[in-house]
Parts: sequence; structure tokens; C-alpha cells
Amino acid sequence: MTLYLIRRLFQALLVMLAMSLIVFIGVYGIGDPVEILISPDADQAERARAVAALGLDLPLWQQYGVFLVRALQGDLGRSFVYNVPALQLILQRMPATLELAVGATVLAIVVGLPLGLYAGLKPDSIGGRSIMAGSILGFSLPSFWVGLMLIMVFAVQLGWLPSTGRGTTVEILGSRWSFLTRDGLAHMIMPAMNLALFKISLVIRLTRAGVREAMLMDYVKFARAKGLTNSRVIFVHVFKNILIPVVTVTGLEFGSTIAFSVVTESIFAWPGMGKLIIDSINVLDRPVIVAYLMMIVFMFIIINLVVDLTYTILDPRVRLESKAI
Amino acid sequence: MSAAAEPVTPEPVAPRVETPLRRFISQFMESRIAVGALVVFTIIVLLAVFAPWITPQNPYDLFQLDIMDGRMEPGTVGGAGFTYWLGTDDQGRDMLSGIIYGLRISLIVGAGSAFIAGIIGASLGMLAAYAGGKTDTVIMRLVDLQLSFPTILAALMILAFLGKGISNVVIALVIVEWAYYARTVRGSALVERRREYVEAAQCLALPTWRIIFVHLLPNCLPPLIVIGTIQVARAIALEATLSFLGLGVPITEPSLGLLIANGYEYMLSGKYWISFYPGIALLITIVSINLVGDHLRDVLNPRLQK
Amino acid sequence: MNTLEVQGLRTHFHTRAGVVKAVDDVSFSIAKGQVLGLVGESGSGKTVTGFSLIGLVDPPGRIVEGSIKFQGRELVGMPEEEMRQLRGNRIAMVFQDPMMTLNPVLRIDTQMIETVQAHDNSSREVARQRSRDALGMVGIPSPDERLMSYPHQFSGGMRQRVAIAIALLHRPDLIIADEPTTALDVTIQGQILAEVQKLAATTGTSLLWITHDLSVVAGLADDIAVMYAGRIVEQGDVGEVLDAPLHPYTSGLLGSVPSRNARGVPLRQIPGMTPSLLSLPKGCTFRARCFQAGEDCLQEPPMDEALPGRFVRCVRPLRATVPTA
Repeated sequence: MTLYLIRRLFQALLVMLAMSLIVFIGVYGIGDPVEILISPDADQAERARAVAALGLDLPLWQQYGVFLVRALQGDLGRSFVYNVPALQLILQRMPATLELAVGATVLAIVVGLPLGLYAGLKPDSIGGRSIMAGSILGFSLPSFWVGLMLIMVFAVQLGWLPSTGRGTTVEILGSRWSFLTRDGLAHMIMPAMNLALFKISLVIRLTRAGVREAMLMDYVKFARAKGLTNSRVIFVHVFKNILIPVVTVTGLEFGSTIAFSVVTESIFAWPGMGKLIIDSINVLDRPVIVAYLMMIVFMFIIINLVVDLTYTILDPRVRLESKAI
Repeated sequence: MSAAAEPVTPEPVAPRVETPLRRFISQFMESRIAVGALVVFTIIVLLAVFAPWITPQNPYDLFQLDIMDGRMEPGTVGGAGFTYWLGTDDQGRDMLSGIIYGLRISLIVGAGSAFIAGIIGASLGMLAAYAGGKTDTVIMRLVDLQLSFPTILAALMILAFLGKGISNVVIALVIVEWAYYARTVRGSALVERRREYVEAAQCLALPTWRIIFVHLLPNCLPPLIVIGTIQVARAIALEATLSFLGLGVPITEPSLGLLIANGYEYMLSGKYWISFYPGIALLITIVSINLVGDHLRDVLNPRLQK
Repeated sequence: MNTLEVQGLRTHFHTRAGVVKAVDDVSFSIAKGQVLGLVGESGSGKTVTGFSLIGLVDPPGRIVEGSIKFQGRELVGMPEEEMRQLRGNRIAMVFQDPMMTLNPVLRIDTQMIETVQAHDNSSREVARQRSRDALGMVGIPSPDERLMSYPHQFSGGMRQRVAIAIALLHRPDLIIADEPTTALDVTIQGQILAEVQKLAATTGTSLLWITHDLSVVAGLADDIAVMYAGRIVEQGDVGEVLDAPLHPYTSGLLGSVPSRNARGVPLRQIPGMTPSLLSLPKGCTFRARCFQAGEDCLQEPPMDEALPGRFVRCVRPLRATVPTA
């Protein structure tokens, strides 16, 4: 198991290195921040001084070398715009994005699992068909438009929920969180719902497909032949089997949820990493873009690892293999 | 004893001629929803193609716009004498005309990128399956890398490097989409490659391109069609999202996504129609494509074939 | 009183392509402690007959006609909850493929204890004790350790023993065994047959043994019923039927079994294929493949008692002479 972990971590390191190169070349190779960051009225000397201060006069490979050495020390550069370390900027915004993504994931499972279960058990009923139709809609609805409609209905027309921002936050362990206050929670409902929409549909489909497949398996029939009640068959025998794909996929989806919060945060003016990256792209604040991408890649690697470990807990067949390694 | 006394043969059943295409069409027709979705999608395409002849106004001809007609509610009769059925935007542009023109952009970008990505992805997938070895490994690693990264993020980054513009959006979409085709085609091609008829073709020393195009490709078509259909819908949605974020098409050629973004600021003051109707148009387009694609998957999936 | 009495059972599947008459007018009975071998090719309706008995026919199939009396109680139309209390309790079933019948993600103890607790209020400790005893009874070494295992840690033969142990937990009055040894090695098959025979003899359990393997029936069963295309075509004492079959199909089946005593003699085969249950030919369904079919076979043959205790569904039954090519 330890060996397995070490090997995984080594792989992760390689991926990080490869990504850093791609990201660096992508961001630094194209576009010219000098045009944006330095006033066009500045004279030649001022420009040169600014370029040197930002390290933009070095050849690209040297810039990368400097970047890599600093990155290993936890320094991903200073934001051109805010003039604070990019990593610090990202980390400051991370709790907001994390709580949004976690909220959306919880919503997706709480809403999606029961609906998918029902649709899988009664695929031909009106309820089952409506759920499937709804999930197709959930896949098809452009999520930014849904966000706008949510604002229109619940904030503008009904006035039930606040439309933008995080509301009141509480500080715990040095970061600010919204979900612990009533006001913060009210601010979170719409963005989380918006972000969850796609995932709810995904969970519904996965669950339904899993249930339908499991119901045809011999072990379900055998469980019924043992005289178990229907609810025991469904909630123990079928459920435990569908939990594996559902957990795997929602887990793996967590990364893309964080990525997709870019859209949701823009609509609801949620001050997270996503909003920051959009703003940074618009002004070509390269260190922030790079730091954000490195952070996302890092998160992906962590998520993959956690999902794999969860998987081994859920599926005894995998557990045996990893023991053997 | 072994001599059969009076063998009774079963009554011969008249065989019905059933070509794969005919069976495919009849199976597709079984779902009323899918047929309905196809009809709706056809209408949308026709609307987009014939936009200049249908719309009451050319929304991008500034001479036809009247700023006095700005932000009019749906159903108002404007200065030009025709009714703004879906209202107007802040520049006095008829929303209905704007939406139909926007559909054009959205469909061109969506279908165009899906098509180009399809060709590139299918070729690379085929190459990976046929060449095998290192080529296969390199291509599939690229596919894995591409698929493990969220599409929205990849597209955002590419556009951040390239800048706005329809062609740049198409490039970004192609880059994030090709991997799906490559994976699908490689999968089916690998299965087909091991079939006897391919071996027979190789024994006959038929040229490789002939084996690929005449034998392998047709057999990879069903999954390719399904993926292609769904990718068109995804591309349209992604383009709309990018444009909404201000990184997609330029303001002079607004797609549905940009129309929605334009209405965002008026939303809070209750002028819902500027964002609402383009969204509905987008929704209907995507849903109809997805419904068709969903049913295609059921019909073309050999595992579900009875 | 017979343990099981089946009269005129018809189980049909209403599919879009038409009605599949999987079981069509099947009657048989099993006395207490007796073993009935139900023999037929795949697709002849044996398995559906078994599932009909415990009320587990999957839609679109259902029992359309007939009566199943178990210890005098009518099972057809019995409320689901009453039926459930019988399943796994008084009537148990063992399935064909041991690799598929146990739930892969649940431990053996979970799958056994739940069976005990489905039918009485035993505590977990009592249920565990009984599970351990049942495992011991079917010859599984170190049952304590085995209870904590997952199915994938067992071989196929071991899994089938576990399944049999589960069937035995409540000392049922009837066990339906659907080709339980087909998927196993011959040596394992022999061991399991011997164990089952011993168990049936000591506990007075009746057995319905479904198989396509005549040699298994010959060694195990008291009576035999031969099924073809959803109907029983011949029925009687196992020795008598196998020595001198009356139905041409039974004779054909016997002729296609390789035997040591007939070395050098080419095996006979039954020409043609099992007819589709969707469009059965009129009259005798075996007509098209029968070497002695005639005009009169176009009439529906009734089930006749051709000899005392020997039932056959054929208008031209073979006389008590075995055809020897």
C-alpha cells in the first residue's frame, strides 16, 4: 500500500512538471503583458525598468527556469495587478470556491441519488420518464443561463434570495466561510444549485443505469430468492453496487466542478478563484493564471488519489489487488 | 430405423428484405420524441440558413435600428411599423431578428468545430488503432491528458492566449473536442481490425488506405455519428458560455451566448426578455440535438440490438 | 400429501414481438423427500418453471394459468409478502452460475445473516452461529474465517457450496436447484451431488433438480420429467424412463449422450434446432425433428399414461424397445 502511494505521488510529480511547462509556455509565450500593464505614455527607460522588474526581458527558457525554482519554494510569482504573491491571492479565494463546489456536490448526491434510484426501479412509469426527461434538460440547459433565470425568479421577482456576493462570513482557521451563517447560506443556495444542476443530471443517469443493470444480475435475483424484503434488496444489495460508479464519478467530477465554478462565480459575483481567473485573463495577469492552473492541476491529482482510495474501500475486489502490490 | 419415414419440414416463412439503413430508419421512427426533436432541429437550421429573408430587420444594419426603440417590451409596435414580438435590446434591436441571426453564428461555430474536430479526432484515432505501438501510446496519452482537463478551463485558456473571434473560438473548441472522437474511433477500429474480413483484405494486399476507408471507417461510423451529434450540442453550449464570459465571439457577430450576456445588466431591473428569449432559443436547440443524439445511441448501440 | 403439486402451469412472456410461451401446460408433483429431475435443452422452459414456483418471474413474463400447490397452499396469486416469507425459508433456490449469485461487494456473513433474519427474529449472534453451522454442513473448512471473506476470495465450487448453505439455512421443505453443478468441474460436481443427496435424505427435503445432464439425473433423481419447448413431453420413474423412453425426444436425448458401453458406435444426434418459442409449430412441437412424425402429429398430442406411472405426450410413442441404431 505504501509502495502504491509512493508510486502514485511520483507519477503526480511528473504530471505537475509537464503541466507547468505547458502552462508556462502557453501563458508566457503568447500575448504581451507589457502592453497592458505599462502605460502607453511611459518613456523607453520607464518601460525597460518595468520589464526588468517583472523579469520579462529574459529569454523564455530562463524565465521558465526562474519560475520553476521559485515554484519549488512555493513562490509562483507576484500578481502584476495586485502586487501580492499569486499563490496567496489564489489561496485567499479558495475557501469560497471550495465551499461552493462541496455544496454543489452534496446537493447533486442528495437530489440525484433518490431520483435516479426511482427512475431505475420504475423506468416505464410516468415518474421515471419525467425524471429522465428532466435529466436530459439538466444536461442541455446552458448553466449560465439557468443562473440568470434563478436570479430573475428568486432574487428579482420573488425577492427571496440575495442575488450576488457571499453574505456574512465566519472566520475559522484563518479562512472565511459562508455556510455557517444564515445569511451566508442564503447567498450560497442559488450558486450551489446552479453549479449542481449538471451533476444532478449526471448522478441521476449513473444511478439509473446502475440500478437497471444490477436488477438484472443473478445476485439480486438470488437475494430475492432468499426471501429478503424488497427494501433490503434495493437499499443494501443494489445500492452498495451502484455506489461505486457514483462515488467515482462524482469524485472525479469534483475537479471539473471547481473549474466550472468560473461561470457560476461570474454570474453570482461569488468572490472565489473562478472569478479571479476570469478577471486575470482579461488583464493578462500571467502569474495569477499560472498559479491558478498549477493549483487546479494539483487539486486534480489529489482528487484522483482520494477517489482511488475511496474506491478500494467500497469495492473489496480492488482492495485485494492493492494489498498484493 | 435411421431412414427418416416422413420428415415434416416447417412451413417456409417469407423473408422480408431488411437493409441496415431501412432498419435504422424504422427503429429511429419508433420514438416519437426523437422524431419530434429532429423536426424541431430541422426548422431551427432552416431558420438560421434563411435568416436574411425571414427576419423583419437586419439587426446588424445600423441604419435599420432606432435607438428610440430601445428596451421595448415584447409585443410593442416600434417606430419602423412592425411589432417587436420578443421586445428589443438596449440599441433598439429586434430580439427575434437578433436571435435568428445569433442562431446562425451558434450553429456555424458548433457544427463547424464538431466537424473539424471529428475529422482530426477520427483520423488520429484511426492512426492510433492501425499503427499501434508508440504512435498509439503517444496519441492516447494526449487524449487522456485532454480528457482529464475540464473542457471549459482548457477553452478559456486557449482563448486567453489567442484572443476573441469566431475562428479562434472554433480552434479552441476543436482542441478541446478532438479527443472524444479519437478515443471512440480507436475503440471501434481496434475491434474491427481483429475481424476476419480485415485480415482477408490484408492477405489480398489491398492498400492500407483502402482497408481504412472502405473497411474500417464505415464500421466506426455509428459511434462516430452518436458522438458527433452530442458534441455539436456541447460545442454550442460551450461557445455560448465562453461568449457569455466575454471571451468568445466579438460584439459585431453576436451568438446567442453574447445576446444573453448583453441582457445580463438589465435583468436586475426586471427587463428579462433581453436574456430570456435567446436562452430559450439556445435551450431548444441544444435539447433537440441531445434528444436526437440520445435516441441515435439507443438505435445504433449493438449491445441493445435485439 | 405431496410437497409440491403443479397443475397446468402456463408462464408466458408478452413481448413486443409476440407471446413467448416459455412454460405451457406443465404439471408434475414431488413427494416429501423425493427428487424430481427436470431435464431439457437450454430454452426449453426449465428455468422459467423454477422461477414460477417461487414467484420470481421477471416482467414481461407472468403466470397466466395453472396452480402451484405447496404443502396444500396455493402459490399462484398469493400476496407478495406471504410469498416472500416462503422464499428462502420453506422453498429455497440454488442458481446455475455460482460466480454470479453472491453479491460481490457484501461479505459472506452479511449475505447469510440477512437470510436468517429475513425469516425469524434471531439475534445477530444466533444468526451468525447458524450461518457457521450451515457452512460446516456443506463442507467448508474454517467457517469462521470464511464468514469474513468476500465472494471473490472463493473458488466457483466454494461459492456454490456457500449458495447451498444459504439455501439450507432454514431447513426448507423444497429446494429448487437450477443446474447448480453445470458450471463446476466434474470432481467438484460429484462432491456436491453426494452432499446434496445426503442432506436431502437426512432432512426430508424435496428437491427439484433442473439440468440438461442426464447422467446427473440418473444418479440423483427418483423421478424424471423431460421438457421440450415449454412442455413436459415425458414423465415417470427415472430408471424406467432412461431404460426405455417412450417419447422420441427422450430417446434422442439418450442417444446423444456418449457412453462407454457403445464405443465405436457413432453418436446419434437430433436433427434440426429447438423451435422458437415465439412461433411454435402447430400440433406436436417436436414434429419437425422427429424421425417418425406423420400426419397425425399435426394434432395437439395429449399427455397420456401410456404405461402405469409412465406419462408421455406423443401420439406415436415408442414401445418399450430401446432403439440401438
